[in-house]
Amino acid sequence: MDIKLQTKGSTLIASLSGELDHHSAKAVKDMIETAIVNKSAQNMVFDLTNLTFMDSSGIGLMIGRYKLITSIGGKVCIVSKSKTLNRLISMSGLTKLMDIYQTTDDAVKSMGGM
Amino acid sequence: MHNTNDNEMTLIFKSKSANEGFARATVAAFASQLDPTLDELADIKTAVSEAVTNAIIHGYSNTVGDVHIHCAIKGRTIYIEISDKGHGIKNLAQAMEPLYSGCPEMERSGMGFTVMETFMDSLDVTSVLGEGTTVKMSKTLRS
Repeated sequence: MDIKLQTKGSTLIASLSGELDHHSAKAVKDMIETAIVNKSAQNMVFDLTNLTFMDSSGIGLMIGRYKLITSIGGKVCIVSKSKTLNRLISMSGLTKLMDIYQTTDDAVKSMGGM
Repeated sequence: MHNTNDNEMTLIFKSKSANEGFARATVAAFASQLDPTLDELADIKTAVSEAVTNAIIHGYSNTVGDVHIHCAIKGRTIYIEISDKGHGIKNLAQAMEPLYSGCPEMERSGMGFTVMETFMDSLDVTSVLGEGTTVKMSKTLRS
């Protein structure tokens, strides 16, 4: 599991690669939380383009960050082209809370102000 | 009549989270003899990951015990049984409700059983308080 964090304006982009499960979720959560605070991020993009596996631990991780970001008035969205991941995401009801985009550029643009 | 394709395997490992990836990859490797589609393989891996994570988090919580996986192939169907000898589930009906989480503080989504139910053809869970939990799942793969 690898995570790359970058910011565009006030949006934090977390690009995840490898396998996201309960074992890896805690470290990913800690890194994202630290980055949100250090970079004063208001919005967040989960880039799952290079994720090869995710179970419901990933859903829990995204819901947790959604609660944090929306509590400061921001938005969260997802970048994913994987049919398998998108099926899990929509089954969990997460698509009611955040939109899914094909590219990080589209996702960042959707935050507005870019 | 015995089918020449029938096969079985058993895997026993410690309830450490580092073994989650090992467990789902091993079951996927065993299932691959049925020549599954990528989607079918992803379904099996995800369902196994959910059951193994439950055994580690809820079954044994802060202790370490053995997680048993038994897989059988009969024709085009794979049967997967995942069991622990941990705490057991007090209220199974409640635990199986979508979005119910036994560990809200751990940021679990409460979707584990729903994922297993959706991605596999059958799901059967039995649990005895103080004795452990057994999850039985099956999936028939397209030929």
